[in-house]
Amino acid sequence: MQFLLALIVVGPLAGAVAALLPAPPGLKGKSPDQAVLRHGVTVTGVILIAAIVLALGFDHDHPSKMQATTDISWIPALDVRIHFGIDGISLPLLVLTALLTFLCALYSYFKMPAGPSPKAFVALILVLESGTLATFAVLDLLLFFLAFEMVLIPMYFLIARWGGAQRTRAAWKFILYTLLGSVVMLLGLLLIGLRAGTFDMVALATDNGRELSTSVQVIAVLAIGIGLAVKTPMWPLHSWLPDAHTAAPTVGSVLLAGVLLKMGTYGFVRILLPIAPDGMETFAPYLAAFAVVGIIYGSLACLALARPGAKGDLKRLIAYSSVGHMGFVLLGISTMTPTGVNGALFANIAHGLITGLLFFLVGALKDRTGSSDLDTLAKESGAALYGKAPRLGGLLAFGAVASLGLPGLAGFWGEMLALFGAFKPADDLSRPAFLTFMAIAAFGTLLTAAYMLIVVRRVCMGPTAEAEGAPRLADVHGYEFAAWTPLVALTVLAGLWPAALLGLTDPAVQQLLAGGKS
Amino acid sequence: MIAAESTASLIQSVDWVAVAPPTIVAVVGLAVLVADLFLSERNKHLLGWISLTGLVAAGLFLLPLTDSHRAARSTFCLSGPRATACSYTVDEFTLVIQLLVIGGALLTALLSMTALKDARNSDKELPEGEYWFLLLSSAAGAALLPASRDLATLVVALEVASLPAFALVGLKRGDKRSSEAALKFFLSSVTATAVTLLGVSFVYAATGTMHLTEVGEKLGNVDGQLDTLAQTGVVLTLVGFAFKVAAVPFHFWVPDTYVGAPLPVAAYLSVVGKAVGFTGLILVTVVAFPEYADVWGPALAALAALTMTAGNVAALRQQATRAYSAVRLLAWSSVGQAGYLLVPIAAAGYADQRSDVLEATGATVAYALMYAAVNLGAFAVAALVGRTQKLNRVSDYRGLYAKSPLSALVLAFFLLCLAGLPPGIIGLFAKVTVFSAAVDAGLGWLAVVMAANVVIALYYYLQWTALLFRAPEGEPVKHHVPAPLTVAIAVTAVLGVALSGAPQLVLQFAEHGVR
Repeated sequence: MQFLLALIVVGPLAGAVAALLPAPPGLKGKSPDQAVLRHGVTVTGVILIAAIVLALGFDHDHPSKMQATTDISWIPALDVRIHFGIDGISLPLLVLTALLTFLCALYSYFKMPAGPSPKAFVALILVLESGTLATFAVLDLLLFFLAFEMVLIPMYFLIARWGGAQRTRAAWKFILYTLLGSVVMLLGLLLIGLRAGTFDMVALATDNGRELSTSVQVIAVLAIGIGLAVKTPMWPLHSWLPDAHTAAPTVGSVLLAGVLLKMGTYGFVRILLPIAPDGMETFAPYLAAFAVVGIIYGSLACLALARPGAKGDLKRLIAYSSVGHMGFVLLGISTMTPTGVNGALFANIAHGLITGLLFFLVGALKDRTGSSDLDTLAKESGAALYGKAPRLGGLLAFGAVASLGLPGLAGFWGEMLALFGAFKPADDLSRPAFLTFMAIAAFGTLLTAAYMLIVVRRVCMGPTAEAEGAPRLADVHGYEFAAWTPLVALTVLAGLWPAALLGLTDPAVQQLLAGGKS
Repeated sequence: MIAAESTASLIQSVDWVAVAPPTIVAVVGLAVLVADLFLSERNKHLLGWISLTGLVAAGLFLLPLTDSHRAARSTFCLSGPRATACSYTVDEFTLVIQLLVIGGALLTALLSMTALKDARNSDKELPEGEYWFLLLSSAAGAALLPASRDLATLVVALEVASLPAFALVGLKRGDKRSSEAALKFFLSSVTATAVTLLGVSFVYAATGTMHLTEVGEKLGNVDGQLDTLAQTGVVLTLVGFAFKVAAVPFHFWVPDTYVGAPLPVAAYLSVVGKAVGFTGLILVTVVAFPEYADVWGPALAALAALTMTAGNVAALRQQATRAYSAVRLLAWSSVGQAGYLLVPIAAAGYADQRSDVLEATGATVAYALMYAAVNLGAFAVAALVGRTQKLNRVSDYRGLYAKSPLSALVLAFFLLCLAGLPPGIIGLFAKVTVFSAAVDAGLGWLAVVMAANVVIALYYYLQWTALLFRAPEGEPVKHHVPAPLTVAIAVTAVLGVALSGAPQLVLQFAEHGVR
């Protein structure tokens, strides 16, 4: 088991190095480009299989126990240990990452984004995968920081080299924002590590903050929270996200929304909740307040973008909707109750699946029509995707209703549970405040429904029999089906059978919140 | 009987093995100067090989000293009952710094061989004999400094390391910029050294001794009337060393000097010159002036904050298309890095226990070792690019990946190490060590200032890195890479990668301190 987990983390890194070397004889393929793209599919495929095997071998009766652990001393000077392990909280995220990266590699194999050589592209995707997987698998604070930083350089180059208009500016904004946050986070991590005498996340979580004075916890939560909030992103630190998404290539957007944002919320759950509960309690109401502002702000921004004549970019719109969705996740975390945190983790996965799908769809639409601008697409009457490319239109409508939280699909449960959590927050938190937050957030779901339906109406509906000469849009290709079906299937599955996921996360969350007491 | 005792106290037995490394470097330097007179023009290149061999030999003579690193070896001690005070001590600290200095000089020598050969083939010839002599003399002084344990030896070593450096900077004959840089460097350095001497004399007046350990003991019970004198002496003594580190406000000479000097000399100053400065600072502050930690601790903390901010902001404002902007950028970035090097020394001023002091200074040493390897590597690649692009602008690095993929990847790695981002893992963890020294000492504000600086620095390092992978303008021209340069780049790259895999190699000094 632990070898499997080590393979999952290190494998992509080795694959990235191999991608830069010339292909060995026998694997040259039709052309060097094709060979290296195939290499990417193979490596991410192997990692996905390893992740699935790991999930199957996971002891589902004890999801709160750290499994497949490796613990080797690496830098005794800083007390850094190579400590890997997974429990019910990290396993779903690990599998989601492996899945999304594989789908992205598969998609790029057929539809390589315009830009320089695919060699570097594949290598960067693999480094990115390794960094994200490591973030979810490590159990050492400094190693977590290392993994957190590891994704920056590849994502920067993915946006700056293979992106669309304004890509250089967007890439800089992305990296500077995240870095500014993560250096502050490093200070917080060091404060915790030095005061508690260990960087081991399991030991710290078991200790449940008893070694740390309240003032240390408050400072640490503030510092670490800022770093994580930039990544999540929390309003008002979100402004890098819409630019980055608009400029990034399709697979970059998918990975950014689907996986990278989760690193922030995962940090909240894994580090702040168990290690500094007193500090977290101080900031929970503020976090919740920022979260609901984010929900409303994201929805209003989307409504403004969806309006006719606003020249709203679809990718930008989905990015803003992510701000809203991540607001629900943060709200769930800030309640500090098992219900809320479970909801947050569920919403995390659901957002990864649904938004990943939406970015794929918008990317495909942009490839076909040459634009993701809502006004250009819809003209006055609507883009009539149902008529021109019925399957694509249907999928887009599916993604949109899943995103607005239709019961029966994945988006519903997470938001529902987060709201439940806010209805009855942890004992020490102010209930009236959280009831207000809950009411505002619930109103946010209405706004979300409004703009998603507007988007569906403007993009999918409309008169079909326009001009006879209008070029027909190609409907969904085979490879697109292959890349998207798993996401659709999992969205439905998670919506109909939420217990599969909640059964994994709940015991682990219970233990995290209770610390060593249970 | 009395006569025998007095002769014994007059004639000291010298531990030649302990003093071997700096001595060998100095002797080989003199030998090169003499050999220069007898070698014909054709055979001048042999001088380089002699110097290289000398440096390697000096490095090898560090080996027999390593097994004694638990018990320090001292020589040139005071005789009589107070035999505890020695002028020359070889302990772990000395050895590590001497390794850094000799290794740095060795890599500089490798870069110099190519630079001198290129100069020979063009009309701007450099005088080889003088060049090697000056380089080795300066290295000998720098190697002597970490072993010095009295204020006089310390100042002499500082001067031996600095004086040849002025001449090296001005060695480009007929180059106006070079002479101007040398003059600027010389005047500001001499002022700083004079101030240091004044400070040393104050300290001597207050304590009546030169030996660092004794100064440390006696400063604790200085006469109330002399307290101001001692305090002034402490602050003034630090000035000369702060100058060598290029701390604010003694930093303005750096960019012009680096641009005016031959590139290997700039690399040498950025690594060995700084090593001299912070070694002196550590010795003086931690060994001699611990009593006045409340004076120099805050002073160094403020200096560190100002230095890193000034260096990084200036580096940020460099225009990529300006002539020599690559060297200028490295120069300003080295000022910024000097600020990080000062942070743990400042933290040592706030430590309560001896072990915390050792850990803090160890963090500086660890950071310096990392910085030495990757900064020399970056200069080596800059030297490589500078062979074809005489102006050495940052914009000349555009598309380096297409021209020579390996050197572009290596340079990107070095720059990311300096920035402290993965894959430059050693750079990241060295910064983490410095951060933790600051946080541990309760210097939260300094840690935050440093955090902001790290982000600023990342911006220009990454901008340069990104440029390496852009599409090149015009056809890439392959050209021959000379062997010494290849060796220098390869050695630094291997060091950087090895340290990234096993950061413990240098970070161990931050764990238990350098004794």
